Amino acid sequence: MEKRGNLLNVSDLHVVFYTYRGVIQALNGVELWMNKGERLGVVGETGCGKSVTSRAVMNLIEEPGKILSGRVLFEERDILKLKESELRKMRGNEISMIFQEPKSSLNPVMNVGFQIAEVLGKVNNKPIKSQYKQAAQMLEFVGLDSDRVLTMYPHELSGGMAQRVMIAMGLAPNPKLLIADEPTSALDVTIQAQILELLDDLVEKLGNAVMLISHDMGVVAEFCNKILVMYAGNSVEYAPTKTLFRNPLHPYTTGLLKAVPQIGRTDELKAITGTVPDLVDPPSGCRFHKRCPQVMDICKKERPPFIQVEDDHYVACHLWGNKESFDEQKGGESQ
Amino acid sequence: MSETTTKPKTGWFHLMKPYFEDMKHSLYLWRRNKLAIVGSIIIAAFLFIAIFAPLLTPYKPDIQNLSEKLLAPSSQHPFGTDQFGRDILCRILYGSRIAIQIVLIVTIISGFIGISIGVTAGYFGGIIDEILMRITDMFLAFPRLVLAMAFAAMLGPNLTNMIIAISLVNWTPYARISRAEALRVKGQPYIESIRSMGASNFRIMFSHVLPMTISPVLVQLTLRMGTIIITAAGLGFLGLGAQPPSPEWGVMVSDGRSYLIDQWWVSTFPGLAIAIVVLGFNLLGDGIRDMMDPRLRR
Repeated sequence: MEKRGNLLNVSDLHVVFYTYRGVIQALNGVELWMNKGERLGVVGETGCGKSVTSRAVMNLIEEPGKILSGRVLFEERDILKLKESELRKMRGNEISMIFQEPKSSLNPVMNVGFQIAEVLGKVNNKPIKSQYKQAAQMLEFVGLDSDRVLTMYPHELSGGMAQRVMIAMGLAPNPKLLIADEPTSALDVTIQAQILELLDDLVEKLGNAVMLISHDMGVVAEFCNKILVMYAGNSVEYAPTKTLFRNPLHPYTTGLLKAVPQIGRTDELKAITGTVPDLVDPPSGCRFHKRCPQVMDICKKERPPFIQVEDDHYVACHLWGNKESFDEQKGGESQ
Repeated sequence: MSETTTKPKTGWFHLMKPYFEDMKHSLYLWRRNKLAIVGSIIIAAFLFIAIFAPLLTPYKPDIQNLSEKLLAPSSQHPFGTDQFGRDILCRILYGSRIAIQIVLIVTIISGFIGISIGVTAGYFGGIIDEILMRITDMFLAFPRLVLAMAFAAMLGPNLTNMIIAISLVNWTPYARISRAEALRVKGQPYIESIRSMGASNFRIMFSHVLPMTISPVLVQLTLRMGTIIITAAGLGFLGLGAQPPSPEWGVMVSDGRSYLIDQWWVSTFPGLAIAIVVLGFNLLGDGIRDMMDPRLRR
């Protein structure tokens, strides 16, 4: 397997969920990669497998889900082949996670100090009691009054405070990779901006790589330097942020960008027609072909490979079947 | 209000304040519930009697005095005497010590078994859950007293074996309740969150799942204390529990069987003691349930 990033390489990841309705093919050959200190945004509609990807990266898929095949290389180790004890050592220490609902992601019967100290105790391999000082420092680090918040319980926190606590917990071990699963979707807009700014600052200071999962193009554009667009369990386009916004190649990405309001934009917003396909019985070939405005015959039969078309720009679409046809079309456009 | 915003108060009293407030509210709810008060008084008296039994009576529970046998209740023997001339009141008072010993030990053992099995089954799910819950079903399939009799007969009739036998049949409801709670808690986001931080299964089970399951189990533990006393008395009555001359209440009821027509007091007073204490535990258990259930709290 070629290694495309020096921190994380996910290739051909297949995850299914066994339900009474049938087998849900949640991830169907996801590809993604990250370098150290890089910020990758993962975007896509609800149910396209963003969160499942993030869980799979930590090997946290639980019953009835199952990782069928694929490789998740974190530095040199294949996470999917690690033993449970090695996984535990890695989770928290090297990869940590921030969740969507900060208030329900904290244990309601334990105070904040204990919960941060517990993570620190596990990471530093020391008794929890000795970690309160560092826990207080972490709280100060995320801009909370540690004297007060240390002994508070989750129900006493506001949404923004709770998310700050979650960030403190996530960053406490100074992980190489921080996965933020929609960290701001449960918060209101002003707090969203604050939290993102805070995360931006802290990650800048500590130099962690961040995988930010979001359905908000704006959030991702502001925060990330690389973007991966996912659709129905597939990676469809990967590019640096600027490239993706200026020159989207996949019809789905184009559609997403057309649906985002912008200041100064006067044309009408266009929604992508149709709905997300049912993953129990996904469409044949390219999973986007039923909604695609530029659908071709081959789209219904063959799944497009995820190929490199430009330097650092990858796309899975038959329109750009290979580098030659890409150059041809791009050349034609510019004339 | 202004001083709280400038500088947070520290010190143990301030830290404990929410707990005091909570206790005050519990006390208020307890005072409103008359039956819970009755239950509490009965159990408090029961505990008091068990602790101070020797001070409350001039007699000894196992000294025989055949010249005073089968005396009717009088000022000297308020509950009369039995066929060996032992004061029945005295024996009932001492019997409370045995009852309390049985209740506490059985509750601890069966609570421990039930909670461990239930939380393990609920947390791991799948095949482990199936195996543990089918074992629980096997225990539930027999009537509890019959199963306890079988165990007691198998182990040999004495007080210790009776306690073991009752513990072995009594853990099933705790297992079912703690399993249901563990199942509910397992799906909560904070369990996933702590797992993503690399906590081990053991750690998640004991420091994150167990505390959340404990409160309904505690209520069940108190509610079932009455049943434990009845089972113990039943086994004692059948001769499978404590043996004479032990002043265990079931044994005393059994002792008086042959005198039931003419000397009614020999069996009646220990029977009343059983009834009152069981009633007390049930009322108290109901009261505690109402006090601890957040849905019934306001």
